[in-house]
Amino acid sequence: MCGATTGGLSLDGINVAKEAIIQGVVTRDGQPVDGAYVRLLDRSGEFTAEVPTSATGQFRFFAAPGEWTLRTLAPKAKTNDKKVVAATGTVAEVSVTLE
Amino acid sequence: MSRDNTLVSAEWVDENLDNPQVVLVEVDEDTTSYDKGHIRGAIKLDWTTDLQDQVRRDFVSKEQFEALLSDRGVANDSTVVLYGGNNNWFAAYAYWYFKLYGHQDVKLLDGGRKKWELESRELTDEAPSREKTSYTAQEQDTSIRAFRDETVEAIGVKNLVDVRSPDEYAGRLLAPAHLPQEQAQRAGHIPTAANVPWSKAANDDGTFRSDDELKQIYSDAGVDWEKDTIAYCRIGERSSHTWFVFHELLDQPNVKNYDGSWTEYGSLVGVPVALGDEAGEA
Repeated sequence: MCGATTGGLSLDGINVAKEAIIQGVVTRDGQPVDGAYVRLLDRSGEFTAEVPTSATGQFRFFAAPGEWTLRTLAPKAKTNDKKVVAATGTVAEVSVTLE
Repeated sequence: MSRDNTLVSAEWVDENLDNPQVVLVEVDEDTTSYDKGHIRGAIKLDWTTDLQDQVRRDFVSKEQFEALLSDRGVANDSTVVLYGGNNNWFAAYAYWYFKLYGHQDVKLLDGGRKKWELESRELTDEAPSREKTSYTAQEQDTSIRAFRDETVEAIGVKNLVDVRSPDEYAGRLLAPAHLPQEQAQRAGHIPTAANVPWSKAANDDGTFRSDDELKQIYSDAGVDWEKDTIAYCRIGERSSHTWFVFHELLDQPNVKNYDGSWTEYGSLVGVPVALGDEAGEA
């Protein structure tokens, strides 16, 4: 049950109606970034979760409703912060572009 | 103990890749991570199959642990260096587990796999080969492992440190946010537990903060350094990270990890539970 979700995993068997999902893709120069680290920070800026991106640059979180910040770290890239709002029963899609 | 004999840097690991005394061990929450690339020479331990009894909810026995390490080529006098993803959560868990079974020389790679990757250091998919050994473990050192009854008795008496995220502590989430939330047990925390997320102890790159910063963080959260401490999280892996900070970095005696953690406590009948951001009354 504890396999880390490296984005892009199937949602089979997950009751999406009960989850507040945040997912997306990390890119640099238009290409997906494999092995970036995306952290989910709560409204106070506190760390809540972190996942590495998949080979296709994807990530996913099962959050609670509310406002969150995604902080993305990758080798030789500037740290990127992006705000996102999650709601139960929806999938918030986020694109993170690294410089 | 101090960070000199419990932590090693990525540079140190790079310099010791060919040191036969050193056994690198990767332990990840995502048990497929190793197969996609690992530090050269590192062996893999799978926390779900190698370190857990496959029938009961408990650890493998002393004999099973001996057989496991013998098979993987770890000797009693090996310097075991653990690392993994998720800021070393499961590597810290394995560290605590090696200590539980009495391995003397065990260390954590500070920052774990993330630090290694962010520094663009080499990973390989080559499988290492190690000669089998004849490993002898000690009986479990239960001075570092807490069970449910002593955790309930510790309410209002010992330091209880809940190292989950604030939303899990308050009951707004039941699991870390990279996992689905649907769970059987109740949400919330053990009354009187201080909430100090494990992440407070780490920098963004996964390395541990300085001793002075660490002391300040836990003091500010109300930890009484004169008291015994029990740390817990959801399944005992993040609290191993905090156990490491208290017991190995800050040299606190009488610190236990409650590996049953919230998935056990939150399913117990009749125990007190606190909801919301406040610690609650004993």
